[in-house]
Amino acid sequence: MKKFLALMLAILMVASLAACGTTTDATKDEAGATSDFKMGVILIGDENEGYTYAHIQGIQEAAASLGLSDDQIIWKYTIPEDETCYDTAADLADQGCDLVVSNSYGHQSHMQQAATEFPDVTFIAMTGDTAKASGLPNFCNAFTAVYESRFVSGVVAGMKIKELVEADKLSDDNFDADGNVKVGYVGAYPYAEVKSGYTAFFLGIKSVYDKVAMSVQFTNSWFDLTKEGETANQLLSQGCVIIGQHADSTGAPSAVQAALESGEVCYSIGYNIDMLEVAPQGALTSATNVWSVYYTEAIGKAMKGEEVPQNWAKGYADGAVAITPLGESAAEGTQEKVDATIAAIKAGEIHVFDTETFTVGGKKVESAFATDTDGDFVPDTDEAVFDGYFHESYFQSAPCFALDIDGITLLN
Amino acid sequence: MAKITVHKKEPFLRIAKRDSMPLWQSILIRVISVVLALVVCGVVIYLLIKVNPLEVYKSMVEGAFGAFKEDYKFFNRRTWITIRDTMMLLCIAVGLAPAFKMRFWNIGAEGQILVGGIATAACMIYLKDLPPALLFICMIVSSLVAGALWSLLPAVFKAKWNTNETLFTLMMNYVAIQLTSFFVAMWENPFGSNTVGIINPNGHEGWFPPIFGQDYLMNVIVVMTITVGMFIYLKYSKQGYEIAVVGDSENTARYAGINVKKVIIRTMLISGAICGLSGFVAVSGASHTISTSTAGGKGFTAIIVAWLAKFNTFTMILISLLLVFLDKGAIEIASKYDLNDYVASMITGIILFFILGSEFFVNYRMIFRKKNKEVQ
Repeated sequence: MKKFLALMLAILMVASLAACGTTTDATKDEAGATSDFKMGVILIGDENEGYTYAHIQGIQEAAASLGLSDDQIIWKYTIPEDETCYDTAADLADQGCDLVVSNSYGHQSHMQQAATEFPDVTFIAMTGDTAKASGLPNFCNAFTAVYESRFVSGVVAGMKIKELVEADKLSDDNFDADGNVKVGYVGAYPYAEVKSGYTAFFLGIKSVYDKVAMSVQFTNSWFDLTKEGETANQLLSQGCVIIGQHADSTGAPSAVQAALESGEVCYSIGYNIDMLEVAPQGALTSATNVWSVYYTEAIGKAMKGEEVPQNWAKGYADGAVAITPLGESAAEGTQEKVDATIAAIKAGEIHVFDTETFTVGGKKVESAFATDTDGDFVPDTDEAVFDGYFHESYFQSAPCFALDIDGITLLN
Repeated sequence: MAKITVHKKEPFLRIAKRDSMPLWQSILIRVISVVLALVVCGVVIYLLIKVNPLEVYKSMVEGAFGAFKEDYKFFNRRTWITIRDTMMLLCIAVGLAPAFKMRFWNIGAEGQILVGGIATAACMIYLKDLPPALLFICMIVSSLVAGALWSLLPAVFKAKWNTNETLFTLMMNYVAIQLTSFFVAMWENPFGSNTVGIINPNGHEGWFPPIFGQDYLMNVIVVMTITVGMFIYLKYSKQGYEIAVVGDSENTARYAGINVKKVIIRTMLISGAICGLSGFVAVSGASHTISTSTAGGKGFTAIIVAWLAKFNTFTMILISLLLVFLDKGAIEIASKYDLNDYVASMITGIILFFILGSEFFVNYRMIFRKKNKEVQ
């Protein structure tokens, strides 16, 4: 027993030594801060998860360019989409934050509750859509015009299909009964955000190669490595040549790479992150958001005490969206075509949802609403079709294009 | 001396059960275990992140009870949230107590909470136009009934066919989780969010009313009432005694003329009903929404609480507080020192390990081989 005590005493002494040895570098509140601005960040995941990592990077880049120091940002990782989010938001406001940002859609209603309670603090629910209707001036939403980069990623896919058809690399299995080349898409949920995304992608392909038909299969999850891989394999077995995705994992590109190595003709278009690491030959490019553009604008305005825009949605014109560098398998001349498309989008010559380029039920779309006000999930106000195209992310930052256009089949 | 060979060697260490131990001694052992846990955590923290462990402990306290500033008030938001979560955990543990005392392994608290929560949310959504008092009665009754029904099935099977209740209640959790997903999809608001969102955000229909301006005081009142009631029920009522007898030996109970089947079913109904009611407390008193994370593993954590407290509902208060404190503290240090959440969980794990370990020293004593006294 004595030995045991002696041992414990020794450990205790080591510990107390350790306690004396460090000066507390964590408490340097008074010095070093450029202003007394403080912001809190509520994140659904941490740096190990691609979607959150993109947000962390965006905020860090914005902080660096705005001269925010580390102790002016309070990070809250892995906050679930329940009352924890409200507790955290209120706690951040208590700690003196002037701005609180959350990065997941499900945080939104909890952020809104906090916004009602702390009118002096600005709350931003990223990717959300209720700020406008909430009537709260200190509650904001933001989303990039990611449909633009999806359209451009579609152009990359279209170039590849064109090359494959011209070089006669495709088998009969790759065409449907009407002679359209088969394209597959791994979607997360059957919601407007996803519909808008795959429709933009499909229209991008059609802008280069018109005779295509797309099948969409939903995984009902934003992040599921195995399921996304399986879904991609199903689509590949149906003869799809291109696999696009709106889901956050590397499951689909990995499946495409494996199929390519076993001799199939198939290529992948990713989302959020560069997929070349998991699919060096299979991946053509990925559509991405450049969050730092938004964060620099929003945080900068909040720092100066100016009003943060309530519904922010910007695209190529402001550098808020992009595609990742092209893979080695991309068709010849793709880069030039991509550059030209981006230039045309910037100049307003190409509108992604140009009503001349698609039909619904065989007819041209003359009218479509953008906003739902009575809660029945059917948009009923804000006519979005005018000047010849559907105005996506025009009335609110979150995507609202939810029409099922001809040429796209939903498998589930 | 050294040359003597001992054939029947006494083991270096023997472990023997203690008969009993003075209260002060058992408390001392537990206090020492907490101190040792903090020391070991200190070493781990220092080795990993090179921060003064005392600073880290201070942050943990601040995470649970608010930052120490000049105008520090004890009853600030963080303290209230700690209290709220403690009450939630306590409520579930109190619900588990009668079943566990009967040696009925109710692992299904998670599911019973969820169905209670679903029932409460349904009332909040569909009956929000009722007068508040009536609405609350509806919510309470429906959550009690939902939880009770969820536990009735395994109880009947156990009583009639002696099925394994551990597996049965565990399976019922998965059914409840799927059921919750179904209702979340049905009540999804706004569309596409895959969450129900906050229910009645404007009128606050079906929310616990603030008492003396405190949002969570009502949670304390509700849960403490149940806690005291359960204490009396288990300790002083005839039914409580029957539970204890059935728990000790079913045969003895039968010999004493106790209807074992009836006791099993009745006790499980009570256990499930209280767990269902904690779903009501969670939805109406805290989250004001329903999701699969409404239970969020608390049904399992409560098992630890119930066991550590040896089914004494008042000891459960302390254990629940300790667990919630560790959790809040861990979150705070993760945020403050920019650590990964997992480091914080490690610290919680070390402390729990020591506390659980101390029970060993309370129940058993170690007898070391006496040096230089080899006999025979």
